[in-house]
Amino acid sequence: MKICGPKLSLCGLIISVWGIVQLVLMGLFFYINSVALIEDLPLEEEYHSLEDFYAAANRAYNQNAYNCWIAACIYVLTLLLSAQQFYMNSRVTAN
Amino acid sequence: MGDMFRSEEMALCQMFIQPEAAYTSVSELGETGCVQFRDLNVNVNAFQRKFVTEVRRCDELERKIRYIETEIKKDGIVLPDIQDDIPRAPNPREIIDLEAHLEKTESEMIELAQNEVNMKSNYLELTELRKVLENTQGFFSDQEVLNLDSSNRAGGDNDAAAQHRGRLGFVAGVINRERVFAFERMLWRISRGNVFLKRSDLDEPLNDPATGHPIYKTVFVAFFQGEQLKNRIKKVCTGFHASLYPCPSSHNEREEMVRNVRTRLEDLKLVLSQTEDHRSRVLATVSKNLPSWSIMVKKMKAIYHTLNLFNMDVTKKCLIGECWVPTNDLPVVQKALSDGSAAVGSTIPSFLNVIDTNEQPPTFNRTNKFTRGFQNLIDAYGVASYRECNPALYTCITFPFLFAVMFGDLGHGLILVLFGAWMVLCERKLARIRNGGEIWNIFFGGRYIILLMGLFAMYTGLVYNDVFSKSMNLFGSRWFNNYNTSTVLTNPNLQLPPNSSAVGVYPFGMDPVWQLADNKIIFLNSFKMKLSIIFGVLHMVFGVCMSVVNFTHFKRYASIFLEFVPQILFLLLLFGYMVFMMFFKWFSYNARTSFQPETPGCAPSVLIMFINMMLFKNTEPPKGCNEFMFESQPQLQKAFVLIALCCIPWMLLGKPLYIKFTRKNKAHANHNGFSGNEENAGGAHGHDDEPMSEIYIHQAIHTIEYVLSTISHTASYLRLWALSLAHAQLSEVLWQMVLSLGLKMSGVGGAIGLFIIFGAWCLFTLAILVLMEGLSAFLHTLRLHWVEFMSKFYEGMGYAFQPFSFKAILDGEEEE
Repeated sequence: MKICGPKLSLCGLIISVWGIVQLVLMGLFFYINSVALIEDLPLEEEYHSLEDFYAAANRAYNQNAYNCWIAACIYVLTLLLSAQQFYMNSRVTAN
Repeated sequence: MGDMFRSEEMALCQMFIQPEAAYTSVSELGETGCVQFRDLNVNVNAFQRKFVTEVRRCDELERKIRYIETEIKKDGIVLPDIQDDIPRAPNPREIIDLEAHLEKTESEMIELAQNEVNMKSNYLELTELRKVLENTQGFFSDQEVLNLDSSNRAGGDNDAAAQHRGRLGFVAGVINRERVFAFERMLWRISRGNVFLKRSDLDEPLNDPATGHPIYKTVFVAFFQGEQLKNRIKKVCTGFHASLYPCPSSHNEREEMVRNVRTRLEDLKLVLSQTEDHRSRVLATVSKNLPSWSIMVKKMKAIYHTLNLFNMDVTKKCLIGECWVPTNDLPVVQKALSDGSAAVGSTIPSFLNVIDTNEQPPTFNRTNKFTRGFQNLIDAYGVASYRECNPALYTCITFPFLFAVMFGDLGHGLILVLFGAWMVLCERKLARIRNGGEIWNIFFGGRYIILLMGLFAMYTGLVYNDVFSKSMNLFGSRWFNNYNTSTVLTNPNLQLPPNSSAVGVYPFGMDPVWQLADNKIIFLNSFKMKLSIIFGVLHMVFGVCMSVVNFTHFKRYASIFLEFVPQILFLLLLFGYMVFMMFFKWFSYNARTSFQPETPGCAPSVLIMFINMMLFKNTEPPKGCNEFMFESQPQLQKAFVLIALCCIPWMLLGKPLYIKFTRKNKAHANHNGFSGNEENAGGAHGHDDEPMSEIYIHQAIHTIEYVLSTISHTASYLRLWALSLAHAQLSEVLWQMVLSLGLKMSGVGGAIGLFIIFGAWCLFTLAILVLMEGLSAFLHTLRLHWVEFMSKFYEGMGYAFQPFSFKAILDGEEEE
């Protein structure tokens, strides 16, 4: 079954590979609480106490790590899809 | 010296070739591709040259090949792409064979085409008849009762009799659909409404026999009464190009006829398909050889064009040609010539004479696939003068480096590297792509430049510590928090003083702590501005020094003292000194010292200091600080400025005065009986016949330009800072405005939102940051090389060496 053309499938392939690599790495960095990524956490402006803040930050770090990994998994799906499409397209042109 | 350092030495040669060996010799030379012929018959009209008939013959062959090619394309047969075994130019016997072959194929094609058109029009007529017969079925169903006569077939007598009996006559035919309405109206007018027209549109279009275009037609039957009316209707039909067909009115007859027509159509179809088969068989056999034939004819034509540049000897015994040859390639050319003579078994060898000349030879830089891209960048500004020092050699490194200073980001650099590496690794496969478009050709031609730019951008990205605008803490930040918890909790902003909150220096590049700092941009600006000025001054000093290489090579030793020394002094004493002050400032001021004048608060601004130095002014330093960085700095500065100012008249007057004196001496020498020819031949300088006043004006322009450009070019290098700042900020904004949105989403939709937003971020990164920013950084780098670097030594007044080479001719044709 052919859904997308050769260019779109190639584009999907490249972005999927990029997305998998970068999102897995970013998930890893969120998981180990990388300070460089603290600005990307869904945190509020003020917290009552330091403990509250730490707890919220840890939660957010873990949450983001899982989000990244799930998004990476979705990219695995698109990778498979576009790889299949790419294969179909290349077979069509070969014939 | 190496190949890239300056262009190759060229020799002007005279070639004497026997007429019978001329064709093969030139063919051999075309295969080697290292000879540039000069036109010796400039005054001769193109139609009066010696080998016009041969060129015409080639043109005729090319026309035939083009015709067959279009026929092949019409049939949808793919021509094989030959790149591996390119045939050599054909020898005379092969030419005759080729001509006969092409002639035969062409006439066969034309005959086939004519037959086909005939048969197709036949076929069209029959189909139309069939359609008429089939479609009129409906019209006649009610008239059958009236027992109409088909007036078409009936004889005149019968017809007249029929009319007396009050019978109606009719004509049936086919007409183009777009004419139907006009036709109907016309019929109505001529008969005053006494013609009854029935029509039905044909659903499928018929094919025009000559062009193959679809035509839509309509079947009509016109009923009328009377002979006169019939004639008139027939006239109208011919006027409207309607084709009339006989059509019996009785059902059985029609059935009979339809059957008849069908069998004839079947027969015709068979014949048509057989002709089609025959045609495609002929084309298929031709298509295998056609590409190599077309290459052979192209080579042949090129050879005769080249031979037209040759001169005939007075005795008509040999052809004489003049050509530029790189001296290194002289043995190759000689071998090609002897091969050419041997091929025809000529007893008298062709020979090659190197002749002396005062003309400027063409510039030839031997390049390989790596250096070609860089050489093209230089040649786009202007082809180097003969034997001038070639900036492409240094551009190989400085170009990617200056690009990377503006494009410093590890992530974006990695994308460039992957793209470049893919093109380099698959270059054999990719080189076969013929019609990739102009943009692809540019990218592919510059694949090594892109690869190098990517690698350097990764390096500078590491130095700036930027990966898609995020920093990496590879070695552990050397800064730490020295405040207690309550201070941190109560203050929105805190300063980390370097003497109490930092230990040591981050081993490589920027400390990652700057990513979180509020004053990151302020710090980076001053750092990157200084870096760009340092690189700029180094680059320009290098450029000015390159002029020495030119002066010594062209033996203009006086110019070293009259041009190079004042130029380099001017540059070094002003801007070189500024660079020195930057380094001195970095080394001498320290946060950990307790000595008041050496604390960071006392560090003077280099720019203010430089302005004061130029204007001989003073600024009051803050309390407890020194105005100057070291003792005797004011005296030193004053001396530097004065010497630099002295350089200006030195540049302005030195060279013209020198020329004036040498001229006077030469006149003396001539007077005493010496000839000045030898000195002239050395080409000391090209001002030999210029009047003095012009020399003064030229030198004044040069001097003013150099002095002003030293200042403006130094400032121009600040674009290194500006673009790298813009790039870093843009990638940070993209991360915060796009990707951050996805990351900050919480809950179940977070991952899906991140998935979508990440895709958008990827596309923006590619389109804006890599493609657009990369292009702008590339252009600015190009400008820095062309204007700021090359203007210091490069003349670029040469003309390129364009050898007669089959490869270039064939490649050039394909590009068109």
